[in-house]
Amino acid sequence: MFATATAAIIAAMVLALIRAIAGPSLYDRILAGNSFGTKTVLLIGVMGFLMGRPDFLDIALLYALINFAATLAILRFFSYRTPKGKPAEPTDGPLTGSMNDGGAA
Amino acid sequence: MNGFQTHLGPLVFLDLSLLTMLVLVAFAMLRSRHLFAVVMLSGIYSLLSAAFFVSLDAVDVAFTEAAVGAGISTVLMLGGMLLTARREKPVTPGRAPVALAVVFATGAALIYATIDMPAFGDPNAPANSSVGQRYVEETPNDIAVPNIVTAVLASYRGFDTLGEVMVIFTAGVAVILLLGVGSVRGGTRIVDKDEDE
Repeated sequence: MFATATAAIIAAMVLALIRAIAGPSLYDRILAGNSFGTKTVLLIGVMGFLMGRPDFLDIALLYALINFAATLAILRFFSYRTPKGKPAEPTDGPLTGSMNDGGAA
Repeated sequence: MNGFQTHLGPLVFLDLSLLTMLVLVAFAMLRSRHLFAVVMLSGIYSLLSAAFFVSLDAVDVAFTEAAVGAGISTVLMLGGMLLTARREKPVTPGRAPVALAVVFATGAALIYATIDMPAFGDPNAPANSSVGQRYVEETPNDIAVPNIVTAVLASYRGFDTLGEVMVIFTAGVAVILLLGVGSVRGGTRIVDKDEDE
């Protein structure tokens, strides 16, 4: 059962990886990185049961914390990037593309 | 070896998929010219290697990898990226074959060196026979910490760890000086010509 769960999580990791590599916009990649971190948390949790050491769950919790803080930090940097006089990000090339793409998809 | 036999199937599958994804991410990082994608992929690379370290039972290394690799260095690289262009310039093609030859020579030398390494889990290997054996035997009496790696890092090699902490502190101060406090907002940034593509 745990082996099946591991296989499913790895499949989800591959999907997030494809989005992180191919993803045309910044937000695709941020989201892919974040969800990849979540998958890592899940994988480590399941891996503990698979290896017969459920105390790995504590490590998974710590990873969830790191992942959360890292994503916040990344997003924070993009709020710093905004020039003072201009409206927020839409002036930037890739980001404009992302919003249009997101609406179309 | 018989003790591992029951768990061998799924765990080998797990290790293989983690390593395959590591190789995929590494090639994607090499191929990509979009620096932000490379930063995010390097974060993913760190998370993958942390998961692989957990699978190798090296939990302490995995902690460090996740905290430093996926957390701090992603943020530091983003901070560096804000001060430079968003796209990497293509490498001049003339230099590529030389670099490839150097990389292949180094890789071949490293692989040649692994032939002399003792087999995985060999009880007669130097890591398992001399001082490692003593750590395994004496840690419960000397320090009474359940994790031997923690005991080695924090007690047996305490001064070494103190020196490492000083090195890391110096590196952190240097990075802060290089990036410049406040230059994220105030510094000038190189704008790509083709940024609006």
